[in-house]
Amino acid sequence: MSGSDLATAFAADDPAFVPYLAVGDPSYEASQAYVEALAEGGADAIELGLPFSEPIAEGPTIQEAIVRALDAGMTPERFFEFVEDLDVDVPLVCMTYYNLLYQYGEVDEGERRPRPFVERAAEAGISGFVVPDLPAEEAGPLREACDEFGLDLISIVAPTTEDERLERLVDVSSGYLYVQARLGVTGTDVGAADRTAESLERLAEYDLPKAVGFGIDGGEKAADVIEAGADGIIVGSALVEIVADGHERDRSTAAVAADLEELARELKTGARRGYERRVPRPEGS
Amino acid sequence: MPAIRELEDAYERYVLNNEDGFVDEFRRRIEDFGGRPTPLQYAENLSARYDTDVYLKREDLLHGGAHKLNNALGQVLLAKYMGKERIIAETGAGQHGTATAMAAAHLDMPCEIYMGERDITRQRPNVFRMKLNGAEVVPVTTGRGTLKEAISETMRDWATTVEETHYVIGSIVGPHPFPTMVRDFHALISEEARAQLHERAGQLPDAVLACAGGGSNTMGTFHHFVDDEDVGLYAVEAGGSSLAVDEEEGVAPNSASLSTGTEGVLHGARTKLLQDGDGQIVESHSVSSGLDYAGVGPELAHLVDEGRVQPVNVDDDAALEGFHRLSQREGIIPALETAHAFGYLEEHHDDLGDVVVVNVSGRGDKDLAAALEETEQRDLSNAPDMGEFSGGM
Ligand SMILES: Cc1ncc(COP(=O)(O)O)c(C=O)c1O
Repeated sequence: MSGSDLATAFAADDPAFVPYLAVGDPSYEASQAYVEALAEGGADAIELGLPFSEPIAEGPTIQEAIVRALDAGMTPERFFEFVEDLDVDVPLVCMTYYNLLYQYGEVDEGERRPRPFVERAAEAGISGFVVPDLPAEEAGPLREACDEFGLDLISIVAPTTEDERLERLVDVSSGYLYVQARLGVTGTDVGAADRTAESLERLAEYDLPKAVGFGIDGGEKAADVIEAGADGIIVGSALVEIVADGHERDRSTAAVAADLEELARELKTGARRGYERRVPRPEGS
Repeated sequence: MPAIRELEDAYERYVLNNEDGFVDEFRRRIEDFGGRPTPLQYAENLSARYDTDVYLKREDLLHGGAHKLNNALGQVLLAKYMGKERIIAETGAGQHGTATAMAAAHLDMPCEIYMGERDITRQRPNVFRMKLNGAEVVPVTTGRGTLKEAISETMRDWATTVEETHYVIGSIVGPHPFPTMVRDFHALISEEARAQLHERAGQLPDAVLACAGGGSNTMGTFHHFVDDEDVGLYAVEAGGSSLAVDEEEGVAPNSASLSTGTEGVLHGARTKLLQDGDGQIVESHSVSSGLDYAGVGPELAHLVDEGRVQPVNVDDDAALEGFHRLSQREGIIPALETAHAFGYLEEHHDDLGDVVVVNVSGRGDKDLAAALEETEQRDLSNAPDMGEFSGGM
């Protein structure tokens, strides 16, 4: 299974910080500035949400971001332009829902979807995909297209994913595993028990990097997750809340970007702190 | 979909293999509590009008007033067998929510129903019925607040609570095994209709008609006729006010996904969808909220692709006229969803053969306010004059 440059985001001795934003929220230009601020703040890879009308894996915060982005005119084609316009040098992951991959472009006789989408994404500079509504059983065509164009397919592992399915899931995955810290949908408002440690233990035998997401809202949480053994953290809603608040209060793009960069630094620093707690520094260093 | 494997396993064991006598208990309860079998009634006046033998499968007489209880009772009972402690469901017209609330009360399970805000206003009597049965009704405010959003929101709840909760999906939609399982519970409709017609007329029908939203009453009514290749199967969709899709607004003023949709993936199923060129799901519309969904069951879409099922549709006006016609001619006030099938019968009875079975998927009590309002906005050929009683209901 071939892979992209995503592996570089997960260094052996530096936990990865992977932020998420909905692309085009609340406008194309502001969103560009926000993504660049996250890179500036220490992101090791960035998940770019391509808005879909039926985001069943998202909690209210990201649902609302998606509505703002769609209302502002975001489409798959605009998304690719957005990626091309970005001035960042970390790997970019496209997070979206399968129907958008499935419908994109013209499909020739005998050709299988979602190849045209993957080809276009590769050309724009995307390194991998997260597709929450695509079960491993149906991932074959996307996996093949990813292999063809050298992209990664990242799978989400829930605390309830049965062991027998886990194997199949890991089989079609590359880049990293997106480990859900708890049951449910994205959001910082945690309704279900955190099961990070339990999940990481179940996944220990697989050597893909494990990035934990769902409900990480600040440096302390980030530290805890990394201390529990994760190779990286994924943070969405806490960042999107800053964007939402900026939009509601009509703040300047620069002010919102500065706050995003600050939270990004806090999260990256927190992750490092967690790593140090886990691996005590050798004497004298 | 987190719990799909567990559900697949339970479906195979209990529903397909009758483990622990599940199917026996389901059949006993749907008779005692639900009132099955429902009659297959010869519709004398419509038969005379069309010079065709019209038989009505009276699912409106099932407890709750619609076919919905077949599935709701089946799934709530299955949840019990699976050891689940809580029931959630989405509802559009409120009929599935009502049926689920009834089944949950009957089987003593706590129950929460997600319902779009807009549908809550359109279907107030059903909101009250759900609450009377002890269910909680949770308003869904995203999107246009109809069935599509309610399904998404129920799936989100389920993703969080899957270990103790079962999601009673309301039609033959969603990820496998839901579409097949829901069809199996509703297949009682065609099992009975086939036997009843045989006993009455000693023959198979030439045509079977059922309205189609997600398609659960439809597949239930078709299932035992699918192998009888001479029986025409007609899925009557909501043509709404127009069959076009407004890409700019992201709205289809219809719910005719079988007739006009294209293949895509929604709510865990690959099927025909109302979508724009990018693959964004558009908002559907119908005068009947129960048909108001941008997708349709994958099995029904497949039967359409194979040419076995004819996808047809009638617009809002024809459905309302069908509503009034069945009320006046047969003394049966149908649900607005059901009324679509009678709209089609009126327009096409000449092409359907000599013996036609129409599924009366539900009764219209829930729709009286909406029907009055929609009727007043139009110049229908056969509506009663309510002018002297104006002032609403
Ligand atoms: C009476 C009635 N008929 C039909 C439907 C449409 O559902 P389906 O297409 O799944 O049968 C509904 C849905 O609420 C309904 O209440």
